[in-house]
Amino acid sequence: MIGIINYGLGNIKAFSNVYDRLNIAHFYISTREDLKSATKIILPGVGAFDHAMGMLNKSGLRDDLDEAVLEKKIPVLGICVGMQMMANSSEEGTMPGLNWIAGTVKKFDFLAPDVKARNPLPHMGWNQIIIQQDSFLFNDLDEEKRFYFLHSYYFDCVDKQHSAASAKYGFEYSCVVNKENIYGIQCHPEKSHHNGVSFLKNFAVN
Amino acid sequence: MLYPRIIPVLLVHDKGLVKTVKFKDPKYVGDPLNAVRIFNEKEADELIVIDIDATANGREPDFQLIANLASECRMPLCYGGGIKNLEQAKKILSLGVEKIALSSSAIASPQLIAEIATQVGKQSVVVVLDVSKKLFSSKYECWTHNGKKNTKVCPIEFAQIAEQHGAGEIVINSIDNDGTMKGYDLHLAREIKSRVGMPVTVLGGAGSHEDIKNLIAQEGVVGAAAGSLFVFKGKYKAVLINYPNKNEKRSIISSLK
Repeated sequence: MIGIINYGLGNIKAFSNVYDRLNIAHFYISTREDLKSATKIILPGVGAFDHAMGMLNKSGLRDDLDEAVLEKKIPVLGICVGMQMMANSSEEGTMPGLNWIAGTVKKFDFLAPDVKARNPLPHMGWNQIIIQQDSFLFNDLDEEKRFYFLHSYYFDCVDKQHSAASAKYGFEYSCVVNKENIYGIQCHPEKSHHNGVSFLKNFAVN
Repeated sequence: MLYPRIIPVLLVHDKGLVKTVKFKDPKYVGDPLNAVRIFNEKEADELIVIDIDATANGREPDFQLIANLASECRMPLCYGGGIKNLEQAKKILSLGVEKIALSSSAIASPQLIAEIATQVGKQSVVVVLDVSKKLFSSKYECWTHNGKKNTKVCPIEFAQIAEQHGAGEIVINSIDNDGTMKGYDLHLAREIKSRVGMPVTVLGGAGSHEDIKNLIAQEGVVGAAAGSLFVFKGKYKAVLINYPNKNEKRSIISSLK
C-alpha cells in the first residue's frame, strides 16, 4: 500500500483526499513499523529546508527510510521540499540533505549575467512542465501540462540524466527528478487539478 | 510560461458566504463549502477565503471551518482573517492551507511577518492591504477592521516594508472599488507592482473578464482576484457561481506571449 510520511510537515491531508477520490488505498507512515508495510512512499514537505530535515531526522524514521529507499528500492516520491531534501545540500540551509540524488538546491538567481528576466520570487502560480525523459508519471497529462508552483529554490542535479522534466522561470530548471526508484516533483500535484491527479495516480498504480 | 492567476475571493460572515459593496452591505450569496466544490469543478487557479468577522469581532480564526474548507479544496487555498500570531498561522497551515494572509496584525507589527515567514517559509505568507483614497485626494491609505479603522499607513511604503520582512505575496484590495464591478484601480496596481519584487495580486472592482484582461495587459503576470464577478451574473446580480472556462481564459491572457 502507498504510505504518506507523516513527520509533522506538508499537506498530507491533500494527498489523502486525492487518493480517496481515486479509491486508491493509502495510509500515513508515522512509525518505523508503519514504514514496513509501505510498497510505495510519498515524502511531502513545505517550509525551510533545515526545518524539514530537522523534523525528518527527529521523526525516528530516517534510518529505516534510507534503508527502504536505497536498499529495498521501494519507490519514493518527494514533493516540493520533500524533493529538495533528496539532494546533497541546499543554499537555504546548512544541514546535509538525504543524498539520494546528487545535486544542490539553489535559490533562483535572476541577477546572474546570463539571465534575462528578473522575475518575482517566490515562483508562484501555474506553469507548464516540459518532459525531458519519458516516464509513466507523465501518462494522461493534457497538452498544456500546467502544474501549480510555489517555491524560491530549485533542484540542480549534477547528472542531467536525472532531470525528468523542466520548467521555465527566468531560465529552464529541473522540476521533476528521477534516479532509479527515486522520484521528486517541485510543483504541487495535490493542488494541480486533473494533471496533478493523473500524476499521483500514475505513481500509485504503475 | 508562468500564467497570471485568476483568483475568486470568498468572504465569510456568520458562517455564510457574503459579498459586500465598498466593504458594506454584506449580501448572502451561499454556503462556503458548496462554493469551494463548484470552484473545484471549474478548476480555478487558486482561492482566497477571508473571514471578515474575525478581526472586527476580536476573535480567533474559525479553525473548524478552515479545516472543512481545506479538506474540500483541490486548488491552492489562501486563508485570511483574525490571524494574530505564529501559533495560529502554523495551525492553519497544518490544516492543509497553502498560504495565510495577514492584514491588521502585520500593519500593527511588521515583525510578525518575519516571525511567521522564518518558520513556515515566505511562500506561505501573504499580506493583504485594504486601501482607500479620500475624495479629491491622491493619497492612498491602509484601512483595517473591515474598512472601519484608518491606519494612515501608505500602502506603497508598507508593501515594501512587508517584503523586507519576508512576505511572499501582496494582495492589494481597493475598498473604493469593492463590489462596484467597474474595473480595477489600474493606477494603484502599477504603483504597487513596480515597487516590489514579490508576486502581486490585485483585488477590487473587477466586473467582467475584460477588466481582468486589461489588468493583465498592463501588468503581465499578476494575480487577478475578484469577488462579485465570480458570484454574480447579469445586471440584476443574480447569485451564480462562475469562472472563466479554458477558452475564456485564453482570451483573457491573450496580451501575453
